[in-house]
Amino acid sequence: MKKSLLQLLSAVLLLLSSCAKELTETNMEFPALQPASTDPNAGIWRPILLTAPDEFAITAPASVSTPDYIAQLNEIKSFQATISRAEKNAVRYWSAGAVLRWNEIMRELVARHNLPPYQLADGTYPIPSATNPLAYPQFPFSNPPYAARAYAYVCAAQYDALVAAWHYKKIFNRPAPYTADPTVKCLIPVSTLPSYPSEDAVVTGVTTELLKLLFPGDQEYIQLKAEEHKRSRIIAGANVRSDIEAGEALGKAVAQKFVTRARGDRAGTAAGTPAIWAQMEQDAVNRGELPWISQEAPKRPGMLPLFGRVKTFLFDSLTLVTVVRPAAPPSTGSQQFSDETAEILEYSRNPTRERLRIAHFWADGVGTYTPPGHWNEIAANDFVKQNFSEVRWARNLALLNMSLMDAAIACWDAKYTYFNPRPSQMDPRIKTVTGLPNFPSYISGHSTFSGAAATILGHILPARAGAYAGMAREASVSRMYGAIHYRSDCEKGLETGNKVGGYAIARARTDGAE
Amino acid sequence: MKYLHISLVTACLVVTNLSTIAQTDIDGLVMEKNAFCVGPMAGISSWKNYREGTLKRDNANLGTVSTTSFNLMGNYGLSKKINLLFGVPYIKTKASAGQLKGLSGLQDLSLWLKWKALSRKIRRSRLNVFAISGYSFPVSGYTADFLPMSIGLESKTLSLRAMADYQSGAWFGTISGTYVRRSNIRLDRYAYYTTEMHYTNEVKMPDATSFNLRAGYRNKGLVAEAFADTWITLGGFDITRNNMPFPSNRMNATRVGVNFKYDLPFHPVLSVTGNAFTTVAGRNMGLSSGFNAGIFYVLDFSPKKKTISGKTENTWP
Repeated sequence: MKKSLLQLLSAVLLLLSSCAKELTETNMEFPALQPASTDPNAGIWRPILLTAPDEFAITAPASVSTPDYIAQLNEIKSFQATISRAEKNAVRYWSAGAVLRWNEIMRELVARHNLPPYQLADGTYPIPSATNPLAYPQFPFSNPPYAARAYAYVCAAQYDALVAAWHYKKIFNRPAPYTADPTVKCLIPVSTLPSYPSEDAVVTGVTTELLKLLFPGDQEYIQLKAEEHKRSRIIAGANVRSDIEAGEALGKAVAQKFVTRARGDRAGTAAGTPAIWAQMEQDAVNRGELPWISQEAPKRPGMLPLFGRVKTFLFDSLTLVTVVRPAAPPSTGSQQFSDETAEILEYSRNPTRERLRIAHFWADGVGTYTPPGHWNEIAANDFVKQNFSEVRWARNLALLNMSLMDAAIACWDAKYTYFNPRPSQMDPRIKTVTGLPNFPSYISGHSTFSGAAATILGHILPARAGAYAGMAREASVSRMYGAIHYRSDCEKGLETGNKVGGYAIARARTDGAE
Repeated sequence: MKYLHISLVTACLVVTNLSTIAQTDIDGLVMEKNAFCVGPMAGISSWKNYREGTLKRDNANLGTVSTTSFNLMGNYGLSKKINLLFGVPYIKTKASAGQLKGLSGLQDLSLWLKWKALSRKIRRSRLNVFAISGYSFPVSGYTADFLPMSIGLESKTLSLRAMADYQSGAWFGTISGTYVRRSNIRLDRYAYYTTEMHYTNEVKMPDATSFNLRAGYRNKGLVAEAFADTWITLGGFDITRNNMPFPSNRMNATRVGVNFKYDLPFHPVLSVTGNAFTTVAGRNMGLSSGFNAGIFYVLDFSPKKKTISGKTENTWP
């Protein structure tokens, strides 16, 4: 007996020590990018802000027979002769694609900063400061509107910068280092794309420049990533140093157009003022409606009440108000409103496991990459299988993220136009199985984001259109299961999102890429 | 024989607590062969203050978070040296303020094998050494990803404990140390941020250790003891400022409490038991206080003996 127990104990010990805990993460399994087409004529695709692909000039590259170029080839050979494991890993990591990896880094930054500030002793809330981003509360609070705008600017700028890069690649037609000198190894899939300026460095340059504005407190992390990225391209044999330098400079120049737009797009004043908040509430009362009130303790001002006035990418402000803005929600005194509240009480009382799963799968709340980030991940996972060129990756993500930003604007416009209360404000018996967002109910942000994303993604990958529409419906209804939105919020949110996505489709049809 | 009931019932004192301090099979006693002790235990614990990392704070959007539990526990004597124990709680959580809905459901089934490996008489005292192995797993599909309202952490655990118990007259002391291997868990979402982004639904759960010290009076019909225990998560990360908790946080807690067990004089096979505790230190956890109360019934499945009233031999001490 004693012996068998000892055996049992040693078996337990063995089990204790042997179970593997390491995670397999999807983004670490992405293969090296091997575009089905290099899109050699992408230099004539229609940019978003650039007036022309050559708005910013770059100098002509030195010939491949010059001593300068040969010295640069030797730099690659030296790197390759002493390549370390860490360098190999960096080459492999970045080989999945520059646009993809920087999109992931963005999502990480958003998740890191998506935390509502803690209140001050007097019960008011501090506002993060862009000029002092490391002090608490850190800048930014990357809530869904902030995140949507950040993703949109970065992706749109990457697209413009890559259109410019493709324009110059075709003009200068410099061969890749491994083509110029067959003794240079190529550690990633070879490409016939001219290497000057480096598309990877263009992406790094334009992105890091915009991230100075959007995530000013994370510069050390961002610059480390940028250095690793650029170095990985030289080590891989894909670019010489002058390809990188020209690309980075071009990216930074293009970024300035977007920085200028961002500084003037009214997002900086989207928090509003106490007088504006009070006026919005009073307007709802004057319409005979019960106004939204914050259910946080202490009461927190609604999230970015003037975000609905931020400058859109895909349509103008008149279109926003006259075409995109949904009709008013059911009156807070109506039978329909009361019925819709009762429906949410039922969901609150019966959180089945499947409803919880759906509510949590789509929650994308505090500390996450937000719903726009979720749709970026969904898109990225599908795009990886499409073997897009970098410029097509950027174009498709720009279309997606301009849709998501304009969806945020349209949604926030409706929220603060109608100032509609949440279900739990109407009936205190309603408890939520996901965090209650601190802004008016109508229309659902998740529904608007998802409607917009599913529409444009369904256009980009028609074979997946049905799947995307299904996901959007699930994301939408997840907010009812969470007991934080009425059916009207979700249905009108989806509709409004679909409309926004339609403007992205209109752009996609005429940008020269289809 | 005079200590039989003590051992039967106290060995049943299996308190699985949402606070993740699984105060498992932690006493220095064993059941007789073929004896089976079983009973319900109910408890409530609550906290208003918690540790966000190491920062002590409250949260007006939670108020007081309380956990009510109804536990079914049992202990069967496989032999006079080896006991098999189990416990399965139904848990219900509630926040007194804010909008978050409390959750409820069956949590984890815990099983332990307790082996009295060594028993030495030292003059008029006795030293017993135990090895205890435990396994627990969720018995419902609850989610761990809604803290602090989740009813558990979802991990399957495998634990190994060494324990020494020393009794001199009616006074005793017990000390134990436990290593808890915790399996990874799966969320309902496929991306999450800890201190970095993860693109998987699987969460790496750090292992944990716990230490338990208890001492007091143990005699016929009565056990009264004080205890201190500590749970230390070996890894994990701190809750960032004003963030929500996450299952793989570095959750630590040190608690002190008292515990008693009393055999009802009018019925030799019924015992009542209770305990109370408070958390004196912690990290990334609610600083909870609570109490539990239970009643246990002893059955004897021994083929050769009819009595269940304590006529079997007992080697204690």
